[in-house]
Amino acid sequence: MKLNFFLCILGMALPTYLIRMIPFTAFRKKIKSRFAKSFFYYIPYAVLAAMTFPAVFYSTGNIWTALVGFAVALVLSLVNAPMTVVALSASAAAFLFSLLPI
Amino acid sequence: MTHSPYRYSQGLRDGIPVGLAYLSVSFGFGITAIASGFSAIQAVLISMTNLTSAGQVAGAAIFAAGGLFLELILTQIVINARYALMGITLTQKLSPECTTRHRLLMSFGITDEIFAIAVSKEHPVGPAYFYGLMTAPYLGWSLGTALGAFAGQLLPESIRTALGILIYAMFLSIMLPSAKKSFGVLLTILFAIGFSCCFHFIPPLSAVPEGYVIILSSILSAILVSFIRPVKEEEEHEA
Repeated sequence: MKLNFFLCILGMALPTYLIRMIPFTAFRKKIKSRFAKSFFYYIPYAVLAAMTFPAVFYSTGNIWTALVGFAVALVLSLVNAPMTVVALSASAAAFLFSLLPI
Repeated sequence: MTHSPYRYSQGLRDGIPVGLAYLSVSFGFGITAIASGFSAIQAVLISMTNLTSAGQVAGAAIFAAGGLFLELILTQIVINARYALMGITLTQKLSPECTTRHRLLMSFGITDEIFAIAVSKEHPVGPAYFYGLMTAPYLGWSLGTALGAFAGQLLPESIRTALGILIYAMFLSIMLPSAKKSFGVLLTILFAIGFSCCFHFIPPLSAVPEGYVIILSSILSAILVSFIRPVKEEEEHEA
């Protein structure tokens, strides 16, 4: 089936909602297994890391401006700067670096 | 477990940095959506009904490429499967006030960042707090998309491309503070980076589509680290 806007928004919003809603609503037990507890503790970090690397290096369309932005985000995250500060500083650094005549 | 000590106002406060970050990140989605052939109104409708970055970007790409309905649905399921895992994790953190009716509405607000904040609270989380936590990110995500879609094309190219790194910088700011505190988290991140890079750069593996790469890399690394370094009781509460 070819996509028009209605099908497109339906095909995005419905699966996205159901995948959030069904486990969240249906799951009522306390997880007891130490392995399962560990898995659920680590999985969010694993997802974020897999989404960030190596994609972050291509995110500005130029590897060098991306590396500069990444370095800034890395340092600011390690000193626990607020999320908004990290995000905007990384972008600003990538932008400023792209202006340099090199 | 008793009632949650957190009110709506506390959730609202906790969500403001995420709202600001979403405002800037979704600005980028607004620009992408216009480039993919959506109208500005359509772009905003997508953000208001989806509230997710990776899924929306992938959806716009499929629409732009003239993809098929089934492909779109499968992609959304794979990319957003992490929300199912996060949802289950989050159920372990809920106060008894979270009835089915509340869960139906709360589940719409499960995003990487909202999840990360909610699970890292010290005490059980209730509906009031969670709705507060959803408020600023939802407004920021919708408003940012509108700004990007209506005004984004006025920006010079150099600024638009630099905004592409926003979302990843935001991910780093969620991961790294926890990696400093927990060796297991650090190990998980390093494994996931390793797997993800293998899938991108090593020829037979690099044929695997992006959505599957995220799922495979993250599940493999979480399983490995769960064997190598299972969490201790006290660790679960301070993600």
